[in-house]
Amino acid sequence: MISASNEAVPGGSLKHAAAGNGTSPGIADDLVEPLTPEQLAAEWDEERPPHAGPLANVAAAVAAAALGIAGLAMSAGMGLGSPEKPEPGLWPFIISLVMIAMSVALLVFGRKKLDAEAFSSSSWQVAAGVATLVGFVLVVGVAGFEIPALLLTFVWLRFLGKETWRMSVLLSFAVTAAFYLIFVVALSVPIPHLF
Amino acid sequence: MDFLAPVINGFGVVLEPMNLLYCLIGVVIGMLIGVLPGLGPAATIAILLPLTYGVEPVTAIIMLSGIFYGAQYGGTITSVLLRLPGEASSVVTVFDGFALARQGRAGTALGIAAIGSFFGGTVSIIGLTLLAPIVAGFALDFGPPEYTALAMLGILLVATVSNGSKLKSIIAASLGLMLATVGRDTFTGEARFTFDNLSLADGLDFVPIAMGIFGLGEILYNLEERHNKVQAPAKVANVWPSRKDLKESSGAIGRGSLLGFFLGILPGGGATIASLAAYAMEKKRAKNPERFGRGAVEGVAAPESANNAAATSSFIPLLTLGIPANATMAIIFGALLIQGVTPGPQLVQNDPELFWGVVNSMYIGNILLLIMSIPLVGIFVKILRVRAAILAPITVLITLIGVYTINNSIFDIWLVIVFGILGYLMKKFGFEPGPLVLAFVLGSLLEENLRRSLLVFGGDAAGFVTRPISGILLLVFVVVMFLPLLQKAFKRTRTTAPAVEALHDEKEKV
Repeated sequence: MISASNEAVPGGSLKHAAAGNGTSPGIADDLVEPLTPEQLAAEWDEERPPHAGPLANVAAAVAAAALGIAGLAMSAGMGLGSPEKPEPGLWPFIISLVMIAMSVALLVFGRKKLDAEAFSSSSWQVAAGVATLVGFVLVVGVAGFEIPALLLTFVWLRFLGKETWRMSVLLSFAVTAAFYLIFVVALSVPIPHLF
Repeated sequence: MDFLAPVINGFGVVLEPMNLLYCLIGVVIGMLIGVLPGLGPAATIAILLPLTYGVEPVTAIIMLSGIFYGAQYGGTITSVLLRLPGEASSVVTVFDGFALARQGRAGTALGIAAIGSFFGGTVSIIGLTLLAPIVAGFALDFGPPEYTALAMLGILLVATVSNGSKLKSIIAASLGLMLATVGRDTFTGEARFTFDNLSLADGLDFVPIAMGIFGLGEILYNLEERHNKVQAPAKVANVWPSRKDLKESSGAIGRGSLLGFFLGILPGGGATIASLAAYAMEKKRAKNPERFGRGAVEGVAAPESANNAAATSSFIPLLTLGIPANATMAIIFGALLIQGVTPGPQLVQNDPELFWGVVNSMYIGNILLLIMSIPLVGIFVKILRVRAAILAPITVLITLIGVYTINNSIFDIWLVIVFGILGYLMKKFGFEPGPLVLAFVLGSLLEENLRRSLLVFGGDAAGFVTRPISGILLLVFVVVMFLPLLQKAFKRTRTTAPAVEALHDEKEKV
């Protein structure tokens, strides 16, 4: 039952997994090609999501700069004072300046570095995950944690985790029950609950 | 005997049943998350912060540090058996560990790793015991200017040593400093960046930020890129290494432990860098370097000893100077603050039970881990079959419910979600979360000391430079600031272990 849902074993890793059965030390080396660190790095690199272009860095720099400018304006409004008599705005003002300077530097020098990841279709899974979290908070104050916890677990298992229906239903009930027993019964944590 | 008395009293603290229990819980959790894919030690410690509210400070820190060094043991298992590093600090173990496993010697690799880890950890605890009081004594007469310089240096080092773009790390750090200013100004009482929101009036709490950025952010990130492949782990036959293996690796273990200890002390250093450096060093020293990557026992022994030694010694700057050396230490720093304990030079004197209790608990923790890694390793190998898909919703619920229990506040759950999204986006856009959290933790300390020193100096910033210690620290600050430019020039002439660095970039997880 447990292994039913493991459809995803891309070609590359199958043969490595099988390598564990190589019993004789002498032959094992011939069975599987040894990967040098460089090849291994390349293999891991392939498994990673594609890089985002320079635009991602530009966007990040602009967002950070905007944050810095807002901080600059707001801290100036609090009063800067002087070095002898610093007022509340001085410190945030300095930080905002650093932030703006670094954002500009990122925009000018760092935008070609490919260290950002592109969003892909599977990024929607993250959005869906966040939606379930928001749903959880909206409901928990009104209806207690049991129903939202049950639904959240089920959605994460079945739709985000691609578990089987049976597994998802069983596990989500089990998890919710376990949380109830641990937090409400055993620890008497004052979390809102129905029962 | 003056020196030894508090150390021995520390053992009394550790041997209290409650502390032993939490030590055990900590190392078991650490071992588990080391083995399981997805969450790293920083994320796990962040998520479990609410657990520490109900217990004594010393008990809480014993557990949290157990998670940290326990993860160093556990991370080895996936590296060796699956060629998937469980933790960033076990990345280099993959090369020779998996090669050994392929030759049917998985047990040897695990056994040597466990012994090396134990040795490295123990050496480092002894070093910590001897060195920490000296450092703390030296730092006792630090004043506000020194703390200002030290905090700035600490943040800068963590930002620049972390891989990824330095610029982005500094942006993340300044965002962290900014977030620390939210709330009432400690000097004037004026509200800053509160947007007239009552929940923000007292400032942002550390726990929702750490839980969001490290914990939830990582969970959301894994949702997209899940390690769904479950491979059959290699068979583990005999975990006891032969006398020949031990002899071959004893030098590597010793060197790795020492190197790890020193790299762990440096701010910004830590387990990951230590393991990389130890591997590179062994390869350089070896008579036949081509054996590395094909199942050299030293290639497992050195990095594993080093990462454990470094994990332990990175407690030194935290417990003696109050400056966390890496992201995980920043979270432990936050946990201490929550408990009403301010880590710093006074800690050894004012709170010897906490200090020595935590330090000595590491001996017990390492013994427990050695037992779990050698005779009980089969249990943890079985856990490799648990899939990330099943763990994800459970960790999410623990996070959401856990953060609520701190203040019984729905607002805190919202904060975790907001910072979770921020953490996810930061990871996507190549920003390290570590500098942000570290800067947030140090933010109010930095501002307070900066403003206090300015008052002392009558507004003359030159005072920072003329005081010898703060002057030197600021000089180091400037050097580190411009080091990347120097390194660029230096790198052209150097070709050692580029692949190791590439791997480091690949698999870095906080």
